[in-house]
Amino acid sequence: MHPLADKYIRKRTLPLIFCPGCGDGTVLNVFLRAVEDLGIFKDLALVGGIGCSGWLPTYLQSDVLHVLHGRAIPFACGLKLTDPRRKVVVFTGDGDCVGIGGNHFIHAARRNIDLTVIMINNGIYGMTGGQVAPTTPLQGRTQTSPYGNLEPPFDVCELARSAGATYVARWTAAHPVQLLRTIKEGIEHPGFTFIEVMAQCPTQAGRYIEGTSDAGELLSLLKKRAVSLEKAKEASPGEMTGKFVVGKLHHLTGRKEFSQAIYDSFPQEKSG
Amino acid sequence: MTASPRKKAVKEIIIDEQFCKGCNLCLVVCPRKVFSGSNKRSRAGYSMPQTTDAGKCSFCLLCEMICPDLAITVIEENP
Repeated sequence: MHPLADKYIRKRTLPLIFCPGCGDGTVLNVFLRAVEDLGIFKDLALVGGIGCSGWLPTYLQSDVLHVLHGRAIPFACGLKLTDPRRKVVVFTGDGDCVGIGGNHFIHAARRNIDLTVIMINNGIYGMTGGQVAPTTPLQGRTQTSPYGNLEPPFDVCELARSAGATYVARWTAAHPVQLLRTIKEGIEHPGFTFIEVMAQCPTQAGRYIEGTSDAGELLSLLKKRAVSLEKAKEASPGEMTGKFVVGKLHHLTGRKEFSQAIYDSFPQEKSG
Repeated sequence: MTASPRKKAVKEIIIDEQFCKGCNLCLVVCPRKVFSGSNKRSRAGYSMPQTTDAGKCSFCLLCEMICPDLAITVIEENP
């Protein structure tokens, strides 16, 4: 066991429930490093929704809420408002965040409440058996779209940015070093932080959409599809089909944070 | 992050057989090809990778960070 795992993970929950080669484990691994580097373990409060990625926070020995499907962000908002000193991190999946809880997601982004939402996007409802998700690519074959998906997928980072999130970034599970830097920056950022992690799902998305269940191959595919911000600016729209931009997509400072605004609006008690 | 090569030497690369699920992501990400497949089975019955030449390791820690089961530990020679 890695020394970091020894320090932060609930031993009785090991080994992790994820399938071999799942990108969720990489995110947990990188998150542990971010927590170690920032030294914020005592202030941490984690919220997880339903889905494979919703299990992530339950492995840490910190305060954890594991809540209803799609309702991770409302619970996290309540937690942040009752104790604004907490560093609240939400682990959610694509189906959980924009499928079932899409409404909650845009409203939390609009309020600019200080949450760090880490959305792990595998492009499918993996845990429930491989149904089509709002992020499934066009023509992707899943259990509920056997002739190819006809609905264009969500660009969730664009959605977060336009809804009012003040820190938006996207990386993949194949970029752990960059992801670590982004998670650290995101936790420090005072405002709604949205980090999308494109991850491989060998069991469902890999097998049915990509046609391979080899985790290494899927990881190479992710790396091939990731286009950096600089290259994306020069690329023509034709070159970008089937690819996605990675990097820090949006960073706005100076907007008032919601929990701070609420506490500021209370009438001040006279001391003494 | 610095561009200069790291001068750390690696003493040992441990792969925990209790947690390894044999996904072989470490084989894919290692730039120096330190790992290779083996016939050894982990506790759960998956084929585990092995370190063939730890001396080639450049201490980039990509394998440690990519490992979804936190099974890999790279130990430095003289920390």
